Amino acid sequence: MSKASKTVLDPLFNDNPIALQVLGVCSALAVTTKIETALVMSVAVTLVLIASNASISALRNLIPPSIRIIVQLVIIASLVIIVDQVLKAFVYEVSKQMSVFVGLIITNCIVMGRAEGFAMQNGVKLSMLDGLGNGLGYSVILLVVGAFRELFGSGSLYGLQILKPVTEGGFYQTNGLMVLAPAAFFLIGIFIWVLRTFKTDQVEAE
Amino acid sequence: MKPLRDLLDKIEPLFTKGGKLERFYALFEAIDTMHFSPLDRAKGTTHVRDGLDLKRLMITVVVALVPCIIFALYNTGYQAAAAVSAGAAPLDNWQDALFYGTLGYTADPTDVLGCFIHGTLFFAPIYLTGLAVGGMIEGAFAIIRKHEITEGFLVTSMLFPLILPPTIPLWQVALGISFGVIIGKEVFGGVGMNVLNPALTGRAFLFFAYPAQISGDQVWIGASNLVADGYSGATMLATAAESGIAKFTDVHFMDALIGLVPGSMGETSVLACLGGACILIFTQVGSWRTMLGVTVGTLATASLLNMFPSDTNPMFAVPFMWHIVLGGWAFGTVFMATDPVSSSFTEKGKLIYGFGIGVMVVMVRVVNPAYPEGMMLSILFMNMFAPLIDHFFVQANVKRRKARYGL
Repeated sequence: MSKASKTVLDPLFNDNPIALQVLGVCSALAVTTKIETALVMSVAVTLVLIASNASISALRNLIPPSIRIIVQLVIIASLVIIVDQVLKAFVYEVSKQMSVFVGLIITNCIVMGRAEGFAMQNGVKLSMLDGLGNGLGYSVILLVVGAFRELFGSGSLYGLQILKPVTEGGFYQTNGLMVLAPAAFFLIGIFIWVLRTFKTDQVEAE
Repeated sequence: MKPLRDLLDKIEPLFTKGGKLERFYALFEAIDTMHFSPLDRAKGTTHVRDGLDLKRLMITVVVALVPCIIFALYNTGYQAAAAVSAGAAPLDNWQDALFYGTLGYTADPTDVLGCFIHGTLFFAPIYLTGLAVGGMIEGAFAIIRKHEITEGFLVTSMLFPLILPPTIPLWQVALGISFGVIIGKEVFGGVGMNVLNPALTGRAFLFFAYPAQISGDQVWIGASNLVADGYSGATMLATAAESGIAKFTDVHFMDALIGLVPGSMGETSVLACLGGACILIFTQVGSWRTMLGVTVGTLATASLLNMFPSDTNPMFAVPFMWHIVLGGWAFGTVFMATDPVSSSFTEKGKLIYGFGIGVMVVMVRVVNPAYPEGMMLSILFMNMFAPLIDHFFVQANVKRRKARYGL
């Protein structure tokens, strides 16, 4: 595998930001009650990641090491504000549901982690691919968790009713736990369990 | 092996303190212990003091549960009969069709045998569902992980129906026990490795996932239409959360003590739990320290809150004696808190762990308006702190011994 495609594909399952690096878990708990919010969040984080990795990589030789975190934060914060404004302009309803969590992308550890861990050492093109890969890795988890939580918690997928809840005269008893944040913990945990069953090299040595 | 032993004994002085090759002692020790038994071993008689193994431990817990089980069978039938004879409708399910129809019983709370049979019709399907589904999961994990199927599940499957309401749908029982066994126990590595009590984990799952079937005032009695004729199906604790204990009399207290009140099937009788506690403490299977800790914690917190009467929250005025007869306090203290795996291991730690449960249960009952009962949540909460409590006591012990030997 070429280095470029490896950079993009590795974060999907081999080096997943949530499942292996355990970064950005907070937002994965908060915005995954429905697929729609999970999807918008995934797109937002992926775009911010690509753009922040690209700009920080371009500036990496100009940033003084002593204040690099501040410079990275300024860049990331500006990008997040742009994304936030775009979401408010085009998908206002979803943006309202996601409330502070769009703004909190600034503190999402994946963005900072990739800027510090990858973009500061690599070229612009590779850094953009790394941002894309990690964004996709993040999205995979968000969408899987969001799909399970929406299906079992409200009986629908992407707003489309699959299992008709008892409250609306159907047969399906909605699972109240799935709508609560702990469900995301359980699901991410199970995802990691399944992942490590197939990729045993991810299991930490005892 | 004799020549090797002799050789090792001969060269040993070279490696011990002061010898030429002192720094290689670890190497010598490794070779020696690889071929023979460890060098530092007890020279006295054997250390086995008691033939207690996992099997006997778990069977003892089941025996201690017998009073609660018997009372659960009776009380479930009794509550249903009392409600139906007061004007509530029988349930529309096969149990009541069999009981009132085929067997020809009438709703008569004074008919002890009838109450037992009716209660068994509710209890047995729930128990068997849990046993079958949980047992299959246990078996599957045992085969994949190549270990024995342990007796621990006998206790989990016995505890689980006792902390459920009689009207719970069977598919929820199956789901709850699966969650309890898989997420509560197997993901941590199986019996002995679990952080949380599996039965309580399963109940907590159902409590948050399907609150309509495990809380409120419609589920605790095996009859429907409870609100008709003003027959309250609420547990006494829920009533207390509404209006305090002002309405309760000494008769209510005796009912709660004996257990003739609505509630989860096995948890209502304080006396039956006391019987179980005697068996557990006498056989030293359950820790009296944990139970004492819970009692003292409850006493301290309840007394403290009694000093601050509140006009809006009548629970503040509920005295200690009522706290221990209401809800699942007694059952939780005797059978859930003392779970040897998920509670603290250190003897002093058990006191702290129990005390924490006692404090938390009163806090949840009194201060938290969302849930009338706090026993399940407080035990699960302290389960998570048990390893931390142990850590501090073990470290303190290490420190003290180091100081004793001047290290």
